[in-house]
Amino acid sequence: MNNALLEIKNLKTSFRIRDDYYAAVDDVSLTVNKNEVLAIVGESGSGKSALAFSVMGLHNRAKIEGNIYFKDHDLANLPANKLNKLRGDDMAMIFQDPLTALNPLMTIEEQIAETLLLHHKNLSKKKRREKVIDLLNQVGIPRPEHTCDQFPHELSGGMRQRVIIAIAIANDPELLIADEPTTALDVTIQAQILDLINDLKENMNAGIVLITHDLGVVAEMADRVAVMYAGQIVEIADVHTLFANPRHPYTRSLLHSIPNIDGGNDKLHVIQGIVPPLHKLPREGCRFAARIPWIDTSAHETNPELHEIKPGHFVRCTCHNQFYFPDEKKKEEQADGIS
Amino acid sequence: MWKFIVRRLLITLPQIVLLSILVFVMAQMMPGDALTGLIDPNIDPAAIEEQREKMGLNDPWYIQYGDWISSALQGDLGQSFRFKMPVTDLVEQRLINSFWLGLVTLIFTYIIAIPLGITSGRYNDTMRDQLITGYTYIGFATPLFIFALVMLWVGGFQLGWFPTGGSVAPGLEPGTFEYALSKFQHLLLPGLSMALITTVNTVQYLRSEIIDTKQKDFIVTARAKGASESRVYNRHILRNSLLPIAAYFGFEITGLIGGTVFIETIYSYPGMGLLFMDSVLQRDYSVVTAVVLLFGIASILGALLSDIILSLVDPRIRIK
Ligand SMILES: Nc1ncnc2c1ncn2[C@@H]1O[C@H](COP(=O)(O)OP(=O)(O)OP(=O)(O)O)[C@@H](O)[C@H]1O
Ligand code: SF4
Ligand SMILES: [Mg+2]
Repeated sequence: MNNALLEIKNLKTSFRIRDDYYAAVDDVSLTVNKNEVLAIVGESGSGKSALAFSVMGLHNRAKIEGNIYFKDHDLANLPANKLNKLRGDDMAMIFQDPLTALNPLMTIEEQIAETLLLHHKNLSKKKRREKVIDLLNQVGIPRPEHTCDQFPHELSGGMRQRVIIAIAIANDPELLIADEPTTALDVTIQAQILDLINDLKENMNAGIVLITHDLGVVAEMADRVAVMYAGQIVEIADVHTLFANPRHPYTRSLLHSIPNIDGGNDKLHVIQGIVPPLHKLPREGCRFAARIPWIDTSAHETNPELHEIKPGHFVRCTCHNQFYFPDEKKKEEQADGIS
Repeated sequence: MWKFIVRRLLITLPQIVLLSILVFVMAQMMPGDALTGLIDPNIDPAAIEEQREKMGLNDPWYIQYGDWISSALQGDLGQSFRFKMPVTDLVEQRLINSFWLGLVTLIFTYIIAIPLGITSGRYNDTMRDQLITGYTYIGFATPLFIFALVMLWVGGFQLGWFPTGGSVAPGLEPGTFEYALSKFQHLLLPGLSMALITTVNTVQYLRSEIIDTKQKDFIVTARAKGASESRVYNRHILRNSLLPIAAYFGFEITGLIGGTVFIETIYSYPGMGLLFMDSVLQRDYSVVTAVVLLFGIASILGALLSDIILSLVDPRIRIK
């Protein structure tokens, strides 16, 4: 029954700004199952990377509270030497910016071989090179033997992202976290990289956490979706439910902001304002309330909890049935109509 | 890479020509000329004029420059009126002495800078770092000649551990072990005094390179691979931070030149710096000109060396 690969329990990751700590990830609980793709979506600044870095233990000076269970370990309280055995081997990460994520002074071979060497100390040099070439082939690099001896600056952004993916999958991780793997790339290259991840997904035996802004990608690749806002998860559901019946006003705003080609109303709904900076974030009351000013929130749950409204569908909002967009007719009268 | 080096060498040539013209013009503007110091003031002015004509001192400047540069290329830099010997011979021994002083200073500079810079950068904003940065601020604020005087007074006169002047104890036979040892002893205090002050630049530079590299994304990548903290430091942070330090090496040489003038004067160490100081004070113009020219060439070659080192160690240049 226990299919969970990664279980995050009440994770709180706080950064120090001047003299106080402010939570960028605020009480997040989340499960990633074996072989599933969990997408995390949310605007810039909602804490997606902070969450991913917490799992990988990559924060330098953050306060981390809560538990992150992975393979009988609690990553939140694991000594560095044990963590280093897991990172790069059982769990790996693909980074946002391929232009800066590779060491400019090391060849591609050295950089991929490093992760092999760290977890398979007795692999011979020759075997390592073979494996590197094999990996470069897997990620669709046309002339692997040649690329091996090149330096990052000789490769395009898309090629570098392929190298980073090769590093991530080198030791067949069970958990792969991809933090906006395509945002820094051209649109045409984005599609290629996503195709690659999609292909790898089929052959790998890994749970994948895919962080993205792109709801199109979510629809295509994800099994489940978690929506983050201001450090909290505001809605989790399987991908069909989320697109067919989004409940949280924030999720609905995100979906509402996709241009709709066949719909009559092609006006884009833009979510007002931005995610406030950490130290200005409202910690009391509903965090999203300020961005839907046309809704009277005075009667709403003061600190909304995640409610399971259907099995597997959680929403951090009790009054979602009363929500409407300014360009829609008032929906108060059909309050209990939708479910 | 070779293309880069060749191109860089090609730029160096006109730089040196330009330098020589500047030095020549400067020499022309100084009161007096090559004859001033050589002749007896009681000689008939007409005879002097004749001599001037014969020596080409009345020719247009570019002819004179041509003469000067062609003899300089043949190793003739004129006569020193004070030492009554050819400038070239005078400079030769001094150049060798200054070379040794520079070398010892550079070695001390790196022996001090590398461990301090690494510690300070790695543990930035800790107690250790504050102590080291404190030292660098003191180093920046302390004038070299005052510090050198204090070192001379303490190390040379009070403690008597080091010789207080010259480049070798008198009466020793060149080529013997005692001679070499004495030379070395004479280098230690001036080299150390200069290094302790000038190294603070390198310490600061290395510190900020390390702090900068620490925050690079590729360091996160290395950690995510499971590299231990020491491996991240040695393989990624250090390697990438030492590269600009290596390239800075050539400029260190340029920096040394200014320092040697003070240090050699204070330690009366017979090198180029002392020669320069003495010749300026004695208005020994042909020597001043030659020394300035050599200092200038050393600076240009230092910059050249930096660029070549950079092209050898940085693949971003090496590959092109
Ligand atoms: N090291 C840090 N120190 C202080 N604040 C930080 C740090 N890292 C992130 N933050 C803050 O935490 C919040 C969440 O940042 P995070 O990078 O997780 O957002 P994100 O959802 O990944 O956004 P994006 O889509 O732009 O990548 C932001 O307000 C950010 O400014
Ligand atoms: S609890 Fe109220 S204010 Fe908060 S998201 Fe739901 S509807 Fe909006
Ligand atoms: Mg991010």
